Amino acid sequence: MPKTIKGHAAPLPLANVDTDVIMPKRFLITITREGLADGTFADLRFDDAGAPRPDFILNQTPWNKATILIVGDNFGCGSSREHAVWGMAQLGFTAAIGTGFAGIFYDNARKNGLALPIVTPEVRDQLMTLAADPDGGEFCINIETRTITASNITVPFQIDGATQNALIRGGDDTLDTLEYAETIRAFEAGLTDKMRVRVIK
Amino acid sequence: MSRTLYDKLVDAHKVCDLPDGDMLIYVDFHIMNEYTSPQAFSGLDQKGLNVWRPEAHLAVIDHVNATRQRDPHDDASKLLIENLEANCSKHGIAFYGLGDQRQGIEHVVVPEQGLVVPGMLIACGDSHTTTYGAYGALGFGIGTSEVEHVLATQTLRYKRLKTMQVVVDGDLGPGVTAKDIIMKVVQVVGAGGANGYAVEFAGSAIKTQGMAGRMTICNMAVELGARAALMDADDAAYRMAAGRAHSDLLHFDTEEWSADPGAKYDKVFHIDAAQIAPLISWGTSPDQSVPIDGTVPVVTRDMTPKARAALDRALTYMGLVAGQSVQDIPIDSAFIGSCTNSRIEDLRAAASVLKGRKVAEGVNAIVVPGSTFTRMQAEAEGLDQVFREAGFDWRPESGCSMCLAMNDDIAMDGERLASSTNRNFEGRQGRGARTHLMSPAMVAAAAISGHLADVRTFRTEEG
Repeated sequence: MPKTIKGHAAPLPLANVDTDVIMPKRFLITITREGLADGTFADLRFDDAGAPRPDFILNQTPWNKATILIVGDNFGCGSSREHAVWGMAQLGFTAAIGTGFAGIFYDNARKNGLALPIVTPEVRDQLMTLAADPDGGEFCINIETRTITASNITVPFQIDGATQNALIRGGDDTLDTLEYAETIRAFEAGLTDKMRVRVIK
Repeated sequence: MSRTLYDKLVDAHKVCDLPDGDMLIYVDFHIMNEYTSPQAFSGLDQKGLNVWRPEAHLAVIDHVNATRQRDPHDDASKLLIENLEANCSKHGIAFYGLGDQRQGIEHVVVPEQGLVVPGMLIACGDSHTTTYGAYGALGFGIGTSEVEHVLATQTLRYKRLKTMQVVVDGDLGPGVTAKDIIMKVVQVVGAGGANGYAVEFAGSAIKTQGMAGRMTICNMAVELGARAALMDADDAAYRMAAGRAHSDLLHFDTEEWSADPGAKYDKVFHIDAAQIAPLISWGTSPDQSVPIDGTVPVVTRDMTPKARAALDRALTYMGLVAGQSVQDIPIDSAFIGSCTNSRIEDLRAAASVLKGRKVAEGVNAIVVPGSTFTRMQAEAEGLDQVFREAGFDWRPESGCSMCLAMNDDIAMDGERLASSTNRNFEGRQGRGARTHLMSPAMVAAAAISGHLADVRTFRTEEG
């Protein structure tokens, strides 16, 4: 993962965009992670007949090539479905900038290298305006310095250390955690027998 | 030093600190369903990993299965159901599938089976895992990558949340239920108002709720963004866990699973229970609700352009007019079910309104008991007869069904529903479907009336 993310940004000012809207359920009946790009924002992007809705921002030039979203409050609320993040990544998004994200969505994004810089409402509105300008140019998110540069402004964003580290370093949390196997076993050894769940088959 | 219940639970499950600022926490018990787990198992296969402790997991079929009949309604859902069974068989994990009396919606099954006791840490690939806070257990939803992580390590990488206390004191008025309490809390705190927080509920109106009501409240706490919801474990919580299939687990009694007196919270909200009316949601976010005797909101002068646009969008989607009385809103369908409100207590509450009455002509009314066990209990009590005689479609199988419409229970474009579920998002119960959230008794009242109705005007079986 590069330490900077560059790309065109699109404004998506709706508040409370939930994971049902990001990835409608008809795309969830699957046992793989793949093939979710078409499902992403499907009801916003396409009409009942499957034709692109011309009034939706991501169907308009130049925002159809956007790889960064500027989003409304509480983006990613609702269901835990990681399919929402997989689909956004498969559609080409590398980051979404907002004032706050739902917790499970935030963690899912980190696992998949989708950056979610958190900014103040004022900064978000400023970035929203810049993204809405068709000649606005590229945004640059510097994960290391926690800054976003767009047009002639550079603004700070928040990200916790562990997420920042995960985005820069990449890697696999499951394999990394298994390096603590002895520590986990030691913790388990301290549990009484009746604290160890055994589900009846 | 005084500690919150949340801090006690995190401290008790902390395995170690990690260099990047996160910690590893131990997961006592992990629940899986058929739709958020397949890719976790394939992740294990790709990495050549085993399940750390297979007996600490339970898999349940609930999200995609049909409830009209046991057989899968299509090949895609069949594939998901068979995939989970095969993965569990391969890894030696308990599997409660279709036809098993223990099957049902995961968050209804787990308490029924005695698999939640105070002091536990429970994870599940489902956002409504906050339900277990009703027992003084730390439950929270995780994504599929984290499901893989729990399977392989029995732990999660975790960041301690901030804490919020919501105190609901006073006596509830007639017809006001746990569902109305949590809908009021979501309205006051806001959808997303508790992002980054663990919420602890306190106050006399919480303590006087039975376990089913407490579960309804903790369940929907995720709709305000809470990653965890907790209530002090009291005798009722211990009593409920005792005498069930897994009651040998009742040994997390290492400490008092309640907040210490004087524990400090980052944020505190106070709500007067007496001021809560039966609520219905009018919009497309769970915080958009009004009392049943109220009106659909109108644009006011102090609204920002953004708030005005959001109101307009919600009204357009819902097909409502600003200022109209909500009791005049006609419904097409009524749905009683979901991990929020499908327990035996919920079915009894709805049945007490329905007894001796008929569903209004043209209203499609469905009830899906939360679990097979709950359905059998309800049938033993004769509740199925009350629902059937009123004109409800009493489903023979259990699952999430029309709460999220992942099976064949899909509302049509423009269809308006009175629903005992948890989310009124755009498209949640079907593309273009219009959901009004409310308590099960209020759904029953709406089904009878043919429009949203005030349950307080109905004489129930108990009087």
